Order: sequence, then C-alpha cells, then structure tokens
Amino acid sequence: MLILKDISKTFNPGTVNEKNALNHVSLTLKSGDFATIIGSNGAGKSTLFNAICGDFMSDTGSIQLEDMDITFMPQYKRAKYIGHLYQDPNKGSAPGMTILENLALAAGKGGWLSHISKKDKLIFKEQLKQLDLGLEDRLNQPVGLLSGGQRQALTLLMATYNPPKLLLLDEHTAALDPQTAKKVLSLTKEIVEKNHITTLMITHNMHDALSLGNRTIMMDNGKIILDIEGSQRENTTVSDLIEQFKEKSGNEFDNDRILLTK
Amino acid sequence: MSMILSLGQTAFELGLICSLTVLALFLSYSMLNVCDLSTDGCFTLGAVVGASVAISGHPFLAIPASMLAGMLSGFTTALLQTKAGIDSLLAGIIVNTGLYSINIGIMHGSSLLNMNRTDTIFTLFKSQFPSLSSYMILLIALISVILVVLFLIFFLSTKLGLAIRATGNNPSMVKSSSINPVFTTIVGLCIANMFTGLSGCLLAQSQKFVDINIGQGMVTIALASLLIGRTLCNHGSIFKRSFACVCGAIIFRLVYTIALRFNMPAFMLKLVSSIIVILAIAIPYLKSQWPHIQRKIQYKRGM
Repeated sequence: MLILKDISKTFNPGTVNEKNALNHVSLTLKSGDFATIIGSNGAGKSTLFNAICGDFMSDTGSIQLEDMDITFMPQYKRAKYIGHLYQDPNKGSAPGMTILENLALAAGKGGWLSHISKKDKLIFKEQLKQLDLGLEDRLNQPVGLLSGGQRQALTLLMATYNPPKLLLLDEHTAALDPQTAKKVLSLTKEIVEKNHITTLMITHNMHDALSLGNRTIMMDNGKIILDIEGSQRENTTVSDLIEQFKEKSGNEFDNDRILLTK
Repeated sequence: MSMILSLGQTAFELGLICSLTVLALFLSYSMLNVCDLSTDGCFTLGAVVGASVAISGHPFLAIPASMLAGMLSGFTTALLQTKAGIDSLLAGIIVNTGLYSINIGIMHGSSLLNMNRTDTIFTLFKSQFPSLSSYMILLIALISVILVVLFLIFFLSTKLGLAIRATGNNPSMVKSSSINPVFTTIVGLCIANMFTGLSGCLLAQSQKFVDINIGQGMVTIALASLLIGRTLCNHGSIFKRSFACVCGAIIFRLVYTIALRFNMPAFMLKLVSSIIVILAIAIPYLKSQWPHIQRKIQYKRGM
C-alpha cells in the first residue's frame, strides 16, 4: 500500500527557471494495484517517481509505504522496498561487472564479507532461465556486452529479485525495439502478477495504459487530473482518454512520443 | 655484470614496495573511480609514522601504525568528499596539503629522520637469517605484495567489495539500489590509503631514512605504473589485473633504472612518470578521435 499525501515540489524556487513540478499530489494505491500513468511532456510523471523513490525530498506532504513513513528516509534505504526501472537500460546495472556479480548485488544475501556460493549460482541460473534469453550460460560475462533489451530484462530481474513493496517503471520499454519491448513487457506482467507487487508504470503507449494493470492515472501540470479503474476504465477507449485530457486540461495532448495504436 | 644485477635487484625492490601504492590506486582509481590526490601526503605519512615508531624501538609495531595512519588519512579524504560537499579532487589536494604540516609535526619539526642506528624489520630479519641477508628487502617486499594481492582478491569478491566496484562502475545504478555510496566510498578509500601508508613505511625502513619529500610525485609514479599494468591486462579476474599492476610498477622501475644507466639524470624521474601518464591516457583518447579528425581533413581537402 502506498499513500501519497499532498506532495509538492518546486524546482529552482525564486528564479526565472522556477518550475512547479508537483502540485499537491495525493494518491493512494492499494496492495497489488498496478496503475499506469500517462500525461504530456513535463506533466510531472517522472518527478512523481523521483519523489517516491527519494531522489529529492518533497517540499510538502508525506509518503507512506505499507506501515512505514518514508517521507524523510534516504534513497538508499527506500531502495530496499522500492524497485525502480528507467527508460535507459544502462542505468540499472554495472557494465564492468559480470551478470553473476550484478545479480549477487541485487540479491543482497548474507553479510558484507560473504561470497557468492555455488548454491547462489544455481539459483541465479534458474532465475535467468525464466527470462528465456540464454543469459544463464553467460554468467561470467560483463553486463556491458549485453544488448539493451537483455540488459533491461536483467535489470527487471534484479529489481524484483527480492520482490519489492513497490515497483516504479518509468517507460522502461521505450528505448527498446518493438519486439524486445513486447517481451520485456510480458515479463514484467508475469513477475508483477506472480509476486503481487504494487506497481506504477509510466507509459506513452495509450493502448498499454488502458489494457495493462487495473488502474489508469492521467497527469498534467504537476497534478493528477484523471484516475479511473474498474468498469469505468473498461468502458474507456483511447480516443475517450484524449478527449478527457482536452476537457480537463484545456490543452491538446502533446506528448511527442505518444503511441495511439496497438 | 654484478653491478647490473644489483641495479636490477634494487629496481625490483623499489618496484615491489611501490606496487603497494599502485594496488592502492587500483582500488581507488580503477575500482572506485576516485582519483585520490592525497596519495603523496599519505605515502609520506606512512613513511614518517613508520620511521618514528621504529626509532622509538618498535619496528614491527611501525607496520600496523603506518597502516592505521594511512587509513585515517583516507577516512578524512572520503569524509570531505561525501559529507562536506567538497569535490573529490579538491578533497585530495586539501588533505595532501594538510598532511605536510602533520608529517613535519610527527618528525618534531625536522624535515628529515635518520634511521642508521635504528633496528628496522629488515635489519632484524637479516640478523635472524644471515644467509638471506642480501635478499631480505626483496623477500619482505614480495611477501607484503602477495598478502595485499590475496586480500584484494578476497575483498573485491565479497558483497562489500562488489558494492564498492558498482559504486565506481555505475553511479546511477547505485543511486537506485540499496547501496549507500557514502559508506562504500569511505571503506574503499580507507583500505586503499592503508596500503599507501604501508608502502611508505616499508620504503622508509628499507632505505633507513625519511625526508618530507619522500612521497612527492608518488601519485603520478603510481598512476604511470598502474597504466603500464593496464596495457598488460585490463580485463579478466582481479588476480590478473592486480598482478598486472605489480608488473607495471616493476617495469616502470626497471625502465627508469636502465634510463639512469644511459646517463639520464636522476631528477628526470618525475618528468618521465608525468609523460607516461599523459601518453597512457591521451593515446587511447586520440585514437578514438582519429577517424573524426581524418574525416575533417578529407572534408577540407575536398572543398
């Protein structure tokens, strides 16, 4: 369960570059909710994620995850409970270290001075097999040699290795070719469903926004302007969404990467 | 002939002792991706502390003492760059400058310590094993290097070691993971400077004197050795890479000794090490730029 109460963030206050990126955002996600987030450029989608994961402290409000108040918890401590995937596949793993070493870091088992055991290795292999990318035979290769799609799939595995209480997906398939994107997305669905992970996913694919998960949230100008689920969501089409956006924000939906088709 | 042999042996001894500093930079520069400019001062600190403790009659205690001193110096550098908002290069320079005063303070205001009448670990072992006496420095240096390499192999594959490597390898990954970069940077720099201190202590005890300039330019010399080692082996296991570092340090000293034989004046050492560092870093860069430059020339010719 995630409860955001009255979160605001202004960047560069008092200067000409002042940007009110989050404007009193409140949001409650039930345990196991999978919500997609859409919005035009600069709507505050990624900023919202960064506020949740602790990249910066919000100016107002509070954040609660399950029964913890994480408002002032430093980012590295939150990372234990929150998995975060970015659009850039290079952000989530260390290219100069092997697949095995990256996974060992993600698994985080044992004390500071513990080594990777043979048993760990077998478990990692088993986990990698599920990705179906042949990575299980490349344990000792540096991650830098993997393709973007392979690397993002590995990052997904790393971020969910110990199922987090919350998973933040920031257009994590946007930099991949369509075929690989599809594969990573179905993997995501599989892992999230299997572990009942509460998930927020930013997407620019309007079809995905309505078909994936159980809830769709629309943001504009640092605010949540639409939040639909259940039968209301089932009866909404892509063109309805665009129409709703125009109505609520008074603007055209201008996301330069928006995908209206399947 | 015997003269050449003895010169070669001195080069090996110096190479091995200084390779401890190279291994320290291997940890801080190659693994943690921090260019630790406090190395000069920390090396001198290790030498000065080691010499002072030896002069007071405890040559063996001098070793852990100098390592602890190095660790404290590393801790200060790390604290400045992680908790005080000081740029990592600047933090190193500041600590380096401060250590100059501290080092002279430890030597009671003098800039030179003489250990001619002092028992050092080398003289003690020499009197214990007279048959090995001419190889004692070589042996002790070799044993220290082996111990440090073994430690690095063990340490860098632990969870903490992996976290330190990730901190240097991909900061944005570490940011969104549960690794605390402040903690890993502090541990990494403490351990690296511990070896730098040990290196200084062994050099002081082997040459039986310390002066305040003993560590001057050490960071460049060690970087040159590290980069020579890197051309031998840049990928592969930690063992291979740290072994390459040690080889780099020895090769550097051998080349320097040969240059001295051909009448290069001794004061050229630092210029040579600077040029090696420049070439080792600039050549791969210029190589990567070359196609671009080539295209530019062709484009201008075609106009």
